[in-house]
Amino acid sequence: MTMPFYVPPEQLIKDRAEFARKGIARGRPIVIVEYADGVLMMGENSSGTLHKLSEIYDRVAFAGVGRFSEFESLRVAGIRYADLKGFSYGRGDVSGKGLANAYSQTLGQIFTHEVKPYEVEVMVAEIGLDPAATEMYRIEYDGTLRDIVRFGAMGGNEEQLTERLGEAVNGLTALPETVRVAAAAIEEIGENHIEPSEWEAAVLDRTGGRRMFRRLGPDEIEAARAAG
Amino acid sequence: MIGEDQPGVPGPLPLDSGLPDASFLTLLEAYGLTPRWAPLGPVDGLEVPEGTTVLALRYAAGVVMAGDRRATAGNVIAHKRVQKVFPADDYAAVAISGTAGMAEELIKLFQTELEHYEKIEGTRLSLEGKANYLARMVRSHLPLAFQGLVVVPLFCGFDEVERTGKLYTFDVVGGRYEEQDYATTGSGGAEAKSFLKASYHPGLDEDAALRLGIEALVAAAEEDTATGGPDLRRGIYPNVVTVTEDGYTVVAEERIAPIAADVVEHRP
Repeated sequence: MTMPFYVPPEQLIKDRAEFARKGIARGRPIVIVEYADGVLMMGENSSGTLHKLSEIYDRVAFAGVGRFSEFESLRVAGIRYADLKGFSYGRGDVSGKGLANAYSQTLGQIFTHEVKPYEVEVMVAEIGLDPAATEMYRIEYDGTLRDIVRFGAMGGNEEQLTERLGEAVNGLTALPETVRVAAAAIEEIGENHIEPSEWEAAVLDRTGGRRMFRRLGPDEIEAARAAG
Repeated sequence: MIGEDQPGVPGPLPLDSGLPDASFLTLLEAYGLTPRWAPLGPVDGLEVPEGTTVLALRYAAGVVMAGDRRATAGNVIAHKRVQKVFPADDYAAVAISGTAGMAEELIKLFQTELEHYEKIEGTRLSLEGKANYLARMVRSHLPLAFQGLVVVPLFCGFDEVERTGKLYTFDVVGGRYEEQDYATTGSGGAEAKSFLKASYHPGLDEDAALRLGIEALVAAAEEDTATGGPDLRRGIYPNVVTVTEDGYTVVAEERIAPIAADVVEHRP
């Protein structure tokens, strides 16, 4: 009978974390910035159809970085969770916090129980009718849940990006200016130029009716950037 | 809606891959949360509120859909301000006559289904796809129809591919029929239809279409006690919506009120 090698639990967790972190750091980053009428999420995505940003519910949006198939399954699960809850109770009962918690539980379980941890990080944003009600969360590969205040970044170069945003973000600005700041930070830290068609950007806009999620097209992004 | 034998909302997340498609109904079924009505026998003695007359007609820019505001239970007026016309999604409207409680649930399920699909797939169902899905939902109610709880919807929308408004009617067994010019359903539907038949012509502008829809409802209310006409004294007016290239729009009551008052005044 062969004896399995003993691996100390610290080492096991460390290896898994390192594996997941490496996968995530390879991906292009996504930034999230609060603006006057809601929340902007933005990142480079050369695919026009494989989205990293998504609507979850009326006031709740999702962003994912890392392995597409993995955050896509989280995105779909989030929509299912929200629609089930909203259908059973009321539309107002679907909250970003509830969803963030569910993601945290699920990712935590996958991290410790599955053969391979998910190489993803996700963000959940929720807006209310006034800016004070805005909630933004970030859930890491191991289920660690943090809240984000005003702005944040995840994916490759996230520390530098967050730092750069800290210098550039100046209060709650209008959408075009916020787009300019977010795009400039990403280009600067990534040291590359990104064409208007290669951005993926979306907002939760509290002036936008019941379903507040809206994607920004290349024209709108180009116009916003040209205005500055 | 949720019976005692059914679980609540599952947690933490419905991640399991046993749910291959983008259907919300399938998801509800997987969790045993599907709305269920299982009357033990015919419900003849049971007087539940019923919605009555709704209609839709095509005009130059799209479709107009309108419904009266009355719900009846037997010979009693159960509600005076019921809403019978609803958005299905941004480019479609649905109206239902028949047992009000079930109609409401059916509409909520239909709306959620369309939005669920749109969010997961990143694209809206085609107008025909929506109509087919609604037909399937009506068909699943067939056993209840035999017991007297009938739900018959009217569906219209703007076809984003063909750039035109379209109308669909249904029957209790889930038959789906595309209508050319106008369609009605409900207890006052026959009367409204004969009015539309006499006055309708293709290519109406929006004002004319709104007026025609309200006139047809008023005509139905005069012949059918279950249909409520405009109540000028209490300020109860028909619900009227349009679906055009710009999407689903509720016609404001301020616009409906003068038309309704004028129609009532000039009735022969």
